Amino acid sequence: MRHPVSFLGLELAHPIINGSGTFDAIAARAVFGAELDCAFPFAAFVSKTITLRAQDGNPPPRLWETASGLVNSIGLPNPGLDAYMSRDLPQLSTLPVPLITNVMGSTIEEFVDLVAACSERDEIAAIELNVSCPNVKTGLDLGSDPVQLGQLLAAVRPLTGKPLIVKLTPNCADVVVCAKAAADGGADALSLINTLRAMALAPRVVGAGRVGPWLGGGTGGLSGAAVRAVALAQVAAVARSVDVPVVGMGGVQRAAHARDLLDAGATVVAVGTESFRDPAVGARIAQELLASRSSV
Amino acid sequence: MSPNEDHATAPAYERLERATAPLERRLVSVIACERVGPYRLLRVVDPAGPRPAAGQFAMLATAERWGAGEDERPYLPRALSFAGWADGEASFLLEDVGPGTKRLCELRAGEELWMLGPLGTCFTPPAHGRRPLLVGGGIGIAPLIFLQDVLGKPAALLGFRDRAHTLGAGLLHDTRLTTDDGSEGRRGVVSELLSEELDHEENATVYACGPPAMLEAVRALCAARSVPAELALEAGMACGFGACYGCVVPRRDGGYLRVCVDGPVVDARELEQIEAHVGAPA
Ligand SMILES: Cc1cc2nc3c(=O)[nH]c(=O)nc-3n(C[C@H](O)[C@H](O)[C@H](O)COP(=O)(O)OP(=O)(O)OC[C@H]3O[C@@H](n4cnc5c(N)ncnc54)[C@H](O)[C@@H]3O)c2cc1C
Ligand SMILES: Cc1cc2nc3c(=O)[nH]c(=O)nc-3n(C[C@H](O)[C@H](O)[C@H](O)COP(=O)(O)O)c2cc1C
Ligand code: FES
Repeated sequence: MRHPVSFLGLELAHPIINGSGTFDAIAARAVFGAELDCAFPFAAFVSKTITLRAQDGNPPPRLWETASGLVNSIGLPNPGLDAYMSRDLPQLSTLPVPLITNVMGSTIEEFVDLVAACSERDEIAAIELNVSCPNVKTGLDLGSDPVQLGQLLAAVRPLTGKPLIVKLTPNCADVVVCAKAAADGGADALSLINTLRAMALAPRVVGAGRVGPWLGGGTGGLSGAAVRAVALAQVAAVARSVDVPVVGMGGVQRAAHARDLLDAGATVVAVGTESFRDPAVGARIAQELLASRSSV
Repeated sequence: MSPNEDHATAPAYERLERATAPLERRLVSVIACERVGPYRLLRVVDPAGPRPAAGQFAMLATAERWGAGEDERPYLPRALSFAGWADGEASFLLEDVGPGTKRLCELRAGEELWMLGPLGTCFTPPAHGRRPLLVGGGIGIAPLIFLQDVLGKPAALLGFRDRAHTLGAGLLHDTRLTTDDGSEGRRGVVSELLSEELDHEENATVYACGPPAMLEAVRALCAARSVPAELALEAGMACGFGACYGCVVPRRDGGYLRVCVDGPVVDARELEQIEAHVGAPA
């Protein structure tokens, strides 16, 4: 394999990008200053999920730490399509890497509006469809049902010449069936895995009775090192069964984990939760991949 | 205030400027981790780090044995306020409340830590002619130790559980204490001291950090008397730099603010009633 990586017609400097919703480039600019743009850790930037209307997200608490993992019930807070286009896009378009915008509709009609709007903007290199967020009911339903996935692609594929990535949900009976439905419907690439549906109970207080859910959203999604083996299995199964490129993610912490997903058939690897532990980890993984490749 | 005093305090106030952080987490080494009553004062050398401003925090994780504690945690780094900084040496005050802080409290001289920061907002200097007044509860004294240094040692009203915990007050100057059980200082809560203080000090600016119930009492008091107040908040965090949207508290005019980037230090007027989560530390 060579550097740079060719993906959806984009020449990426290396195969490491971020998972949607796990890196806020606009906030990071304020925290890290000019260094963020000089040493941007990813070869492309994936936005957090954008919905048609603004959302505040779920009530706190939103985080629960598990054995080597994180359960989140963030609930897709975002400024909504219009504010994303007018306020965020001008800032994101000055990043030194291509921009992938991740969108989610609660109906196929909403997806249509979102894709049509993104399609018009030159700043957006590719569109990722989040059909897999376990925190929002419709996301789970749509992405886990191959028939609805086919209907979604039939509705949005004709609207845009931009590459469409479908982000699959791991919370389904057979991810390969869903992957094939998306690819057959005209998806240019598939990305996986999103978080695994999970929950946590509030810590027990001595003398108190039964406890309720800890997370404000009731349930959440598990990510991080704890999901790595699941991600490897699903990425390998999907990459074997479709002809379109695959973005592999789930629990990647080091170059060795990224290498495993690439060996399993992924073209590009995304890093999510590990960036929380070190915002520069994407760049380090990319360097280590390059070093290990040139030493072979 | 005489022109002279003005001159003397001005350079210190300039240090209350939010610092940006290096993009990569860095290794720092432990100089000491000393007992201060039930707390630990952790001192590290951080030659590469920028000077933090009081109120800012760092995300810390030990380089060795981070994980495999109780319930196979900690996994993510933990947020700790800077309790002081001088010439590349940073200090933190720790309270063991769970697997992450427990591991940090066990650090020995020479061990290494991963550190990301300085992060978040800092306290801002009082408006001209206003007198700073510090209000702290329990481990919430940590950022006030740093702030007191910068603001020329204003008085600090501090509340603790019991006598053992009041040993933390030794890290500040000019303190007046309350304890929940009356074993040291006045029996009661620190907001009672604040209320009395505000009765005869009209020009105070309040800087507070402590448990949610204390912050809510301070917020309500200051709102009722139109006293400016800055509160240093806490929330569970995964990243500390605005990436995860996990650390939110409700904003008064709707929506949420992220404690790690919009805070931890916020103008009290921005907040709705401050609530503790069920099961959260008291
Ligand atoms: C800006 C900021 C500054 C801070 N400064 C300081 C400081 O200077 N000194 C200091 O000692 N502390 C400080 N803290 C608090 C400190 O970060 C927490 O006490 C620490 O993260 C707790 O981690 P732990 O593993 O020790 O405890 P945890 O077990 O994580 O418990 C802490 C609390 O989190 C909840 N909890 C329990 N289990 C879980 C779980 N599995 N997942 C998620 N939540 C859980 C409960 O409410 C529990 O009481 C600060 C926090 C913030 C946000
Ligand atoms: C806090 C958090 C927020 C997330 N937000 C989104 C999101 O907005 N849209 C989305 O498609 N995936 C979202 N994800 C899923 C990640 O992009 C990724 O698929 C998943 O976390 C697995 O990768 P990881 O183990 O490397 O984190 C989120 C994950 C986390 C932890
Ligand atoms: S801790 Fe991640 S956004 Fe604040």
